[in-house]
Amino acid sequence: MQQLADRLIDTGFLQGLPRGLGYVIVVALFAFLMLNFIMLVAGVTSWLERRVWARIQSRIGPNRVGPQGSIQWLADGIKNIMKEDIVPSAADAPLFRFAPYLAMMGFFGAFAVVPFGDGLIVADINIGVLYVSAVTALVVVGILMAGWSSNNKWALLGGIRSAAQIISYEIPAALAVLTVVLFTGTLSMQGIIRAQGWAPWNWFLFHNPFTFVAFFLFFVSALAEGNRTPFDLPEAESELVAGAFTEYSGLRSLLFFLVEWGNLYLIGAICTTLFLGGWQVPAFTDSGLVLGLAQVLTFFLKAYFLVFVAMWVRGTLPRVRVDQLMTLCWKYLVPIAFVNMILAAFFAAILPNGSIFVKAGMCVFGLGLAVHFFQRVLFHLRRAKPELHLSPIV
Amino acid sequence: MSHAIDIDLHREGPGGLETEEMTLNMGPQHPSTHGVLRFVVKADGEVMRRAIPDIGYLHRSIEKIAEKVGYHGFMPYTDRVDYVSAMQCNQGWAMACEKLAGIEVPRRGEYCRVIASEFGRIASHLISVGATGMDMGAITPFTHAIREREYINDILEELCGARLTFNYMRIGGCAWDLPPGFAKRAIAYLDRFEPLIDEYDELISFNKIYVERLANVAPITAERAISWNLVGPNLRGSGVRYDVRRDVPYSAYPEFEFDVPVGTGERGTLGDCYDRYMVRMREIRQSCRILRQALEGIPAGPVVAKVPRTFKPAPGAVHVRVEASRGDMGWFAVSDGTAFPVRVHIRTGSYAAMAAIEELSKGLMIADLVAVIASLDIVAPEVDR
Repeated sequence: MQQLADRLIDTGFLQGLPRGLGYVIVVALFAFLMLNFIMLVAGVTSWLERRVWARIQSRIGPNRVGPQGSIQWLADGIKNIMKEDIVPSAADAPLFRFAPYLAMMGFFGAFAVVPFGDGLIVADINIGVLYVSAVTALVVVGILMAGWSSNNKWALLGGIRSAAQIISYEIPAALAVLTVVLFTGTLSMQGIIRAQGWAPWNWFLFHNPFTFVAFFLFFVSALAEGNRTPFDLPEAESELVAGAFTEYSGLRSLLFFLVEWGNLYLIGAICTTLFLGGWQVPAFTDSGLVLGLAQVLTFFLKAYFLVFVAMWVRGTLPRVRVDQLMTLCWKYLVPIAFVNMILAAFFAAILPNGSIFVKAGMCVFGLGLAVHFFQRVLFHLRRAKPELHLSPIV
Repeated sequence: MSHAIDIDLHREGPGGLETEEMTLNMGPQHPSTHGVLRFVVKADGEVMRRAIPDIGYLHRSIEKIAEKVGYHGFMPYTDRVDYVSAMQCNQGWAMACEKLAGIEVPRRGEYCRVIASEFGRIASHLISVGATGMDMGAITPFTHAIREREYINDILEELCGARLTFNYMRIGGCAWDLPPGFAKRAIAYLDRFEPLIDEYDELISFNKIYVERLANVAPITAERAISWNLVGPNLRGSGVRYDVRRDVPYSAYPEFEFDVPVGTGERGTLGDCYDRYMVRMREIRQSCRILRQALEGIPAGPVVAKVPRTFKPAPGAVHVRVEASRGDMGWFAVSDGTAFPVRVHIRTGSYAAMAAIEELSKGLMIADLVAVIASLDIVAPEVDR
């Protein structure tokens, strides 16, 4: 990005401006673009989630605003903006007002290093992955602040749950990321993607058994960090009303939901970057523009596939209890992640560039797993007797 | 607050730190208190010391109203005692009046009653099962259960024109005969519904997280269940094989074959939340079984006996019991020979279950309280009446 700013200052629209001011303008421009992009992504994700969820629950879902209800999120957003912004009289008003923005900052910052295509990244910093896990931790401060300042005991419980949960699950998530970093030797998001190829056997998912395990560790931990079912304890509706967000209304409440749905996309994007080959496509054409579009499309499809899986999980599973959540993290995920990373280090020492046989074996294994899974799904679909759902007699 | 709570709020924690017990007000506007229940929760972080139920938010003086509206006129009010399964409340009141006046109900009338109240039981248990899933954070089972309940409502609407407060039964029988082709359609519905019970099991009952959330939570031993006066699925969940339909036979129930499912502690301790949940799942199957027998073997004849419009039973007091969806529902009525009862009292299952919560909640997590409320299947209007 600095090169772009330099070029603009030297030759482009910002010619003659002081260098510092030029940087500020470019950064503000990018931030504005990203903010709009995030709004769009979070909105579309919310619509998609509601539709997917409705199908799972044998409902129809929002279908009134726009074709198939596809701009329902816009209507909801406008409605929420027009609502009264209530600050409870007993709340700690400055903190209460500031908390949603802090949560927002945390996840918004992470989008700076999401690589949508070759060169299509706001800032390809050399510690990209670390930066993501550091910046997204700001979200927990926001949620905890919201819970504390609401002066509501349900909100406080929600905030504390969220803090405990996110801090705990940072560890297996970070260890899973390190497993990949052992093979790339770089923390840069673009570097990690460049270390992979477009074909599945060149993805880190199938690089060796340890990255394969790391993928699932990371996905589960990311779900927990994003407060998604089955780990949606901070806002557990049936227990804590709305958790840390109980007292929020209007735009501030909307911001928290923006964070939630934006986070969902972020989980998908980072998983895609680390394990699924990111934007890598085969070089099928010379046209840079077509290739770029194909890269962006590939990245989006992969990320949204994982988003869909998260929605699917949410429609399927109940919620775990607080002690079960902590047991799962500290007694299972953390030890597994440690052992997995150590074994991966041995593997990296023996076969630093991987082995074609291991990759092939992992691909076959993964394919077998997928086939088995879809057979199970088909089996259950047959047992579910969809004709009964579709043509009720009465 | 209506309770005087004498718990020391400040106590010395480890290291001389003073910790404070948190008093949480759960309800009446809490998403998982199913209506307007209120609990005063004394909690230490996530762990509850105790949860004190507070009742009275839905008191409508139904028993007093009976003394003013007369025997026939009270029938629509009984729908409101337990609006989730109103048919059995109808039946309880009708049976009490019949016992007072010594009226014999025609056999077809008894069959119609059984059909109506078993459909009501399935609908009620579906809500309970779905809501348990919802309280555990899985929303999908609830919508699937509600969908089936809608079809049952359609069937009952065909029978009596109403979907929630049925007002179907009358003193001496039922208001209307089965409409033409009803039995065929009802059996067709059961053919469709019974395979779906297996689907619910796959959807939620055997889900690992779900079992973990319910198993070993708040177990009630058989002795405690009896001494707390728990009834219905809550009692059977503790392994006590007691069902009014079988043990104190009424209506046409002695003519049907059905099992009384009890909790077995299959996934944890006997009498835990999971057992109570599974008892309800199995009772749905048994209700289907009773319904098939009743729909196939329904005799011809009138559905209602001749009852004078001005109903004046002989002086006396009666107590009848029906197995409602939430267990043994007792109806006590005193007549002085006039057209109005002197005293009516209704004994309901949720009231006893509500009282058990304070003991059960000690040392559980807040999330478990939700599981306990859901598994005891407490319906607020039934507690207060």
